[in-house]
Amino acid sequence: MRSFTYERAKTPQQAAAAVAGTPGGKFIAGGTNLLDLMKLEIETPVHLVDVQDVGLDRIEPTEAGGLRIGALVSNTALSADARVMRDYAVLTRAIQAGASGQLRNKATTGGNLLQRTRCPYFYDTNMPCNKRDPGAGCAAKDGYSRQLGVIGISESCIATYPGDMAVALRVLDAVVETIDADGETRSIPIADFHSLWGDTPHIENVLADGEMITAVTLPRPLGGKHIYHKVRDRRSYAFALVSVAAVIQPDGTGRVAFGGMAPKPWRVAAAEAALPQGAAAVAARAFADAQPTDHNRYKISLAERTLAGVLAEARS
Amino acid sequence: MAGPISLKVTRRGILAGGAMSAAVSQVALAKGQVETPSAPPPAHQKVRLTVNGRDRELDVDTRVTLLDALREHMKLTGTKKGCDHGQCGACTVMVNGERINSCLSLAVMHDGDEVTTIEGLGTPENLHPMQDAFIEYDGYQCGYCTPGQICSAVAVLEEIKQGVPSHVTQDLSSKMQPTNLEMRERMSGNICRCGAYSNIAEAMAKLAVES
Ligand SMILES: Cc1cc2nc3c(=O)[nH]c(=O)nc-3n(C[C@H](O)[C@H](O)[C@H](O)COP(=O)(O)OP(=O)(O)OC[C@H]3O[C@@H](n4cnc5c(N)ncnc54)[C@H](O)[C@@H]3O)c2cc1C
Ligand code: SF4
Repeated sequence: MRSFTYERAKTPQQAAAAVAGTPGGKFIAGGTNLLDLMKLEIETPVHLVDVQDVGLDRIEPTEAGGLRIGALVSNTALSADARVMRDYAVLTRAIQAGASGQLRNKATTGGNLLQRTRCPYFYDTNMPCNKRDPGAGCAAKDGYSRQLGVIGISESCIATYPGDMAVALRVLDAVVETIDADGETRSIPIADFHSLWGDTPHIENVLADGEMITAVTLPRPLGGKHIYHKVRDRRSYAFALVSVAAVIQPDGTGRVAFGGMAPKPWRVAAAEAALPQGAAAVAARAFADAQPTDHNRYKISLAERTLAGVLAEARS
Repeated sequence: MAGPISLKVTRRGILAGGAMSAAVSQVALAKGQVETPSAPPPAHQKVRLTVNGRDRELDVDTRVTLLDALREHMKLTGTKKGCDHGQCGACTVMVNGERINSCLSLAVMHDGDEVTTIEGLGTPENLHPMQDAFIEYDGYQCGYCTPGQICSAVAVLEEIKQGVPSHVTQDLSSKMQPTNLEMRERMSGNICRCGAYSNIAEAMAKLAVES
């Protein structure tokens, strides 16, 4: 690990100012993704601003009838909150399908959204990777791409966004709130938060340098059945090959987003509208423009079948 | 004692830092990443924390993980280093009552925290009930992952009591149950190369029923 200086911020704005004011500065929350990458020198911050003391560790009701989740609320606390389990169960299910008990105790709402890809070549610093080293090339394209993306990917990068929580936040239409060094705040719909790779795969979201996530807000509860199914190589403690987050209403309409397929949680309005017609109709529309490799073509039919399982559970 | 030791540590830090920044600038040149700011010299910081009920004050390089602080600085070697990337759970300890992977946390992030390691759970003369249960049910073979397994297992029973759900919890609205399936899922962050899993789950279930 490269050396760095460390400070603890007392307020969100102070944290944003400290990061914005130090080239090579970074926020650290739970540290479970950042430190992992720092050990491999994939991330090399020269200054860390620890945000654990900035007072964003509560879940509060909003005036609109939803919930405001502080950026430092742990994954465990969020998934075990009585209001979340009752009204937004797809979020509890998605979080509990990810990582391990130990990691979820440390992982935060903000940090989880910003976790980086799990492409094996991104992690292997001996291999070329445009995301790690812009312009170096992509070892995955002609390599082992079984767990990589099939849609929304680019010539430069075929990696996926690996997280579970964000897939549930996408069906819930959550909004990411931020603050910058000047105290300016903005609200970013989760749909717009993560970026497609294009020819800049090192840019993964719309946050500006030094912009800090302060909260994630959930709109009013949707009702319906909340389901998250995740398919992976072992039954626990592994990243998704394919996942499906859905909220299905009694009349068969609803919302659905896919994880493990793309650079961001994949939700397509036209596909969702076909929910009452069944999984095949939804998958055909959601993945019409897919560009799979020979290794990961299976993900498209796996996604359809996973959704079929979700719809069967919704009917039961 | 304090003089020579801190001198030695500082010198090692400088040597390591020097070698590292030389390597860094070569890599940066090779890749043309001129914009990456170069790493500052190794930084030290004071940390005060309570470990197994005892107050400790350390002066550590900011890069030192909680795991290395426990093992190398406090000589509490019960906590083990397995993968050092949060994938195996051998380094599990409890911080402020919650289990975490001590390898993915910096010591400086724990200023003011209360840490409990396997050494703080029980002693050979006075075992923690979970240690007793592991012995009774043969919850280990080589024993390397065992301190992490036991810390995790103690925390799991507490999480169930507090109503934290898991991936296998069927009904989120009723009381969480300490079933064998729940134990298996909740312990998935602790890998055991010898495969003592079924005995660990049984040891935990026995204790959960008793308490
Ligand atoms: C072995 C292992 C298995 C895992 N399995 C899964 C899985 O199955 N599913 C899954 O979804 N995840 C999984 N994870 C990933 C885990 O969920 C993330 O590591 C975690 O959510 C990151 O949160 P953190 O608070 O620790 O982030 P950190 O590591 O502290 O930060 C991550 C990034 O976010 C930035 N950041 C943090 N907070 C803020 C903020 N408030 N504002 C702006 N920037 C911020 C940091 O600068 C950093 O770039 C796994 C991780 C490991 C190690
Ligand atoms: S797919 Fe993306 S992350 Fe993986 S090697 Fe290619 S550029 Fe890097």
